[in-house]
Amino acid sequence: MPIPTPFHDRTAPLCTSLRWKDWAGFHAVCRYGTHLEAEYHAIRQSAGLLDVSPLTKIVVDGPDAAAFLSFVTTRDLSRLRKGRVRYVAVCDEEGKLVDDGTVMNLGENKYRLTAASPLWRWVDRFSAGFDVTITDQSDEIASLAIQGPRSRAIVEEALGEVIPLRYFQMAATSLAGIPVEISRTGYTGDLGYELWCQAEHSTALWDRLMAAGKPHRLLPIGLDALDIVRIEAGYILQGVDYHSAPTCLIEGRKSSPFEAGIGFAVDLHRAPFVGSEALEREKRMPPRWKLVGLELSLPEIEKLYATVGLPPTLAIEASRISRPVHLRGQQVGYVTSSTFSPILKSAIALATVEGSAGGPGTNLEVEFTIEHIHHQIPATVVERPFFDPPRKRS
Amino acid sequence: MAASYDQVIIGGGHNGLTCAAYLARAGQKVLVLESRHVLGGAAVTEEVFPGFKYSVCSYVVSLLRPEIIRELELTRHGLELIPLECSFSPYPDGSSLVRWPDREQTRREIARFSRRDAEAYPIFGDAMMRLARFVRPILDKPPPDAIDPGLGDLLDLLKLGRSFRQLDPVDRLRKIQMFTMSAADFLDRWFESDALKAPMAVSGIIGTFLGVRSPGTAYVLLHHYMGEIDGASRSWGFARGGTGSVSCAIADAARRFGAEIRTEAPVARIEVRNGEARTVILEDGSEISARQIVSAVDPRRTFFGLVGKEHLDADFVTGIERFKYRGSSGKVNLALDRLPSFTSRPGDGPHLRGDIAIAPSIDALERAYDEAKYGRWSSRPYLNVVIPSVVDPSIAPPGKHVMSIFVQYAPYHLEGGPESWPQHREAFGDTVVETLEEYCPGLGDSILHRQVLTPWDLEQEFGLTEGNIFHGELSLEQLFFLRPTAGWARYRTPVKNLWMCASGTHPGGGVMGAPGRNAARALLEAGV
Repeated sequence: MPIPTPFHDRTAPLCTSLRWKDWAGFHAVCRYGTHLEAEYHAIRQSAGLLDVSPLTKIVVDGPDAAAFLSFVTTRDLSRLRKGRVRYVAVCDEEGKLVDDGTVMNLGENKYRLTAASPLWRWVDRFSAGFDVTITDQSDEIASLAIQGPRSRAIVEEALGEVIPLRYFQMAATSLAGIPVEISRTGYTGDLGYELWCQAEHSTALWDRLMAAGKPHRLLPIGLDALDIVRIEAGYILQGVDYHSAPTCLIEGRKSSPFEAGIGFAVDLHRAPFVGSEALEREKRMPPRWKLVGLELSLPEIEKLYATVGLPPTLAIEASRISRPVHLRGQQVGYVTSSTFSPILKSAIALATVEGSAGGPGTNLEVEFTIEHIHHQIPATVVERPFFDPPRKRS
Repeated sequence: MAASYDQVIIGGGHNGLTCAAYLARAGQKVLVLESRHVLGGAAVTEEVFPGFKYSVCSYVVSLLRPEIIRELELTRHGLELIPLECSFSPYPDGSSLVRWPDREQTRREIARFSRRDAEAYPIFGDAMMRLARFVRPILDKPPPDAIDPGLGDLLDLLKLGRSFRQLDPVDRLRKIQMFTMSAADFLDRWFESDALKAPMAVSGIIGTFLGVRSPGTAYVLLHHYMGEIDGASRSWGFARGGTGSVSCAIADAARRFGAEIRTEAPVARIEVRNGEARTVILEDGSEISARQIVSAVDPRRTFFGLVGKEHLDADFVTGIERFKYRGSSGKVNLALDRLPSFTSRPGDGPHLRGDIAIAPSIDALERAYDEAKYGRWSSRPYLNVVIPSVVDPSIAPPGKHVMSIFVQYAPYHLEGGPESWPQHREAFGDTVVETLEEYCPGLGDSILHRQVLTPWDLEQEFGLTEGNIFHGELSLEQLFFLRPTAGWARYRTPVKNLWMCASGTHPGGGVMGAPGRNAARALLEAGV
């Protein structure tokens, strides 16, 4: 049975919809009200506050911390300066994805690795020979993501000072007397921050941010709204767009970072690291699979609905239904995540397709069921992110 | 003579810009001329008071065609739409009704007034949706000419007839009722509670000089449901940064396709020689020639202001003369120090995230119209209030708010003549604030700045003839193949090379963009 997160006392009374889900063993809010759009638009227009405490947080401490993290992740972190954050993938020896997340340099040979699911045992296995201490602080550290165009103003107001954090920078500071770490990171593709504090300070942190956010129309948001914006941002999700290799019963379910569209997070040509041999080999071969962004033809969907006399019913909600993808009548892959994007007014999807299936502009077809009948909806391969506002990096 | 263009578009409102974007996209050399310093026409954002961005005129984006957003890639040009989430109606007796996106929640709200209505409401919504679906395809193409049809027109009419026949017989009957009945009568067939009927009936009268009991207003109710059929792409909403963002995004798209856009370039007249328009003469005396001239100003200003009656045949002149404007609404924009708190629903809950209708009863609405009929503004007008800063904090300083109040009736033809409006402007503004204060006491104290626009201001400042927000009333006899006049509903005009592309043409007003897009397509299909 899931347990409450450190913010449960604050989130529970606000979650009037009573819609929760299990996220890594914790009660996590799907949506606070019954109406998801308000939360979605808060992220894109004002700001949203999301409890991300269930994230795995592993602290690596010691003279070899950078070398160790460079070994267990796909990134060369030896030059990651203090106060910088990097997006990383974690692979197994076969170069297959285990998880993805971030590493931040907290200074004094101390780093924090965050990931979607428990990972302490996985990385600890590789610690032999490294002078490091590896601690799972997942339960001790509470974390909040504050995301959206007003997040900067709210964070500055809550802090009472201006912290000029650039994209993927972080800083340790104090907020209302609480020691916190603030990183310019997030999973929304918008301007945003994540704040990390000891669990005992969680409610004070929540209250301070909510108070500072009130004039900026800050809303608490749940995972359902997050799922829409992360697809717009083109971000993959473990367990949905790829599966963690150690949990896969069959080889076919595993993916490499290249196949999952995060090849940019693989630094080859350096000291060997977990999976490096396999990844180098794979890099030389034509890719078997690749992740693509698809835009489905809304007019075609509308037309098909019209043929059965229905208005198009595309719920404002992300879907994780797998849908076959075809190229000229042949199946070449499958959609893993899809959603209607309220901001783009288009139906978008993340799909895994054969490496040879063509780049942006390629016309594919996605299987779609309307009134129990299968149809093929024209879809076009487009660049990711689907939505990429300049404020994300500003 | 200055540089020559393929098309010169007069008026940089959202339709003129849309038309320009589509023409430029097709490779045409296009110039847009806007008289004001800012683009957008009535779809404009202006910082009238420092720190507060007013959607000065048009305040909700109604029915902006999703095709336009996609085809012109408006999102890439900065357009972000935020839906209106609910409709809140406070009543003088301290009760209130909110219609939420959640059906069950709405049902419970209505049930406090009438259990019967609560159950009928979703059924009504479904029926309207079916009927609106029959109408919607009409929006996106030029209307067939039913008065003097050619072969293509006959085919189009046949198709229309066939889709009418495909409607359920009950729906067909409803459709006919809607063409002929008043909004109030039509709603009476469905509902018993005034609290529900009054805020619904107003969709039938917005922008017209008609009352909720005037025949024909039922039809306009349908337009309200048109957005709903776009399903997930729901089109009733705010544009982030104000309505002007729509125009700016379209202008950016047009520029990217190569269109040239000039502001502060008022046009004096269109030169017509031998029944043919080739040259636009600006107020500064400069001349610009083009293969076609496209007018994005309303029909009366186009033909009587820019062209001149002497270049038109008498029947056409009569048609344009009879095209009704009779603006009936004004606008009050407020900068607020804090959010208003309504007696019936105190606090700043989610009920402020949509629109707020001050429409106490069918009788009250009809009384408001009675005064207007005889040249007075309503002493207790219908108000449609939105506070876009609640969902878009970018338009006001933190914690402060922008309130937009649409006011009906404010007849253009005031007792003392339209030109007497300026001397009544502030009294009219007071009426509006007093009316609203009956529902949220203390509102007056929170006002930091007030902008009052009478129909006269809408005409003088924004070029809307007689202050009509739709470039001519959206009443049945002025819609579809009759807009602006029989025989000339397909964007062409009797003047060779002169075209129309704005709300005075099919399918009419609202920040919809359909006339601009349809006109561009008609121009391109004509092989220009």
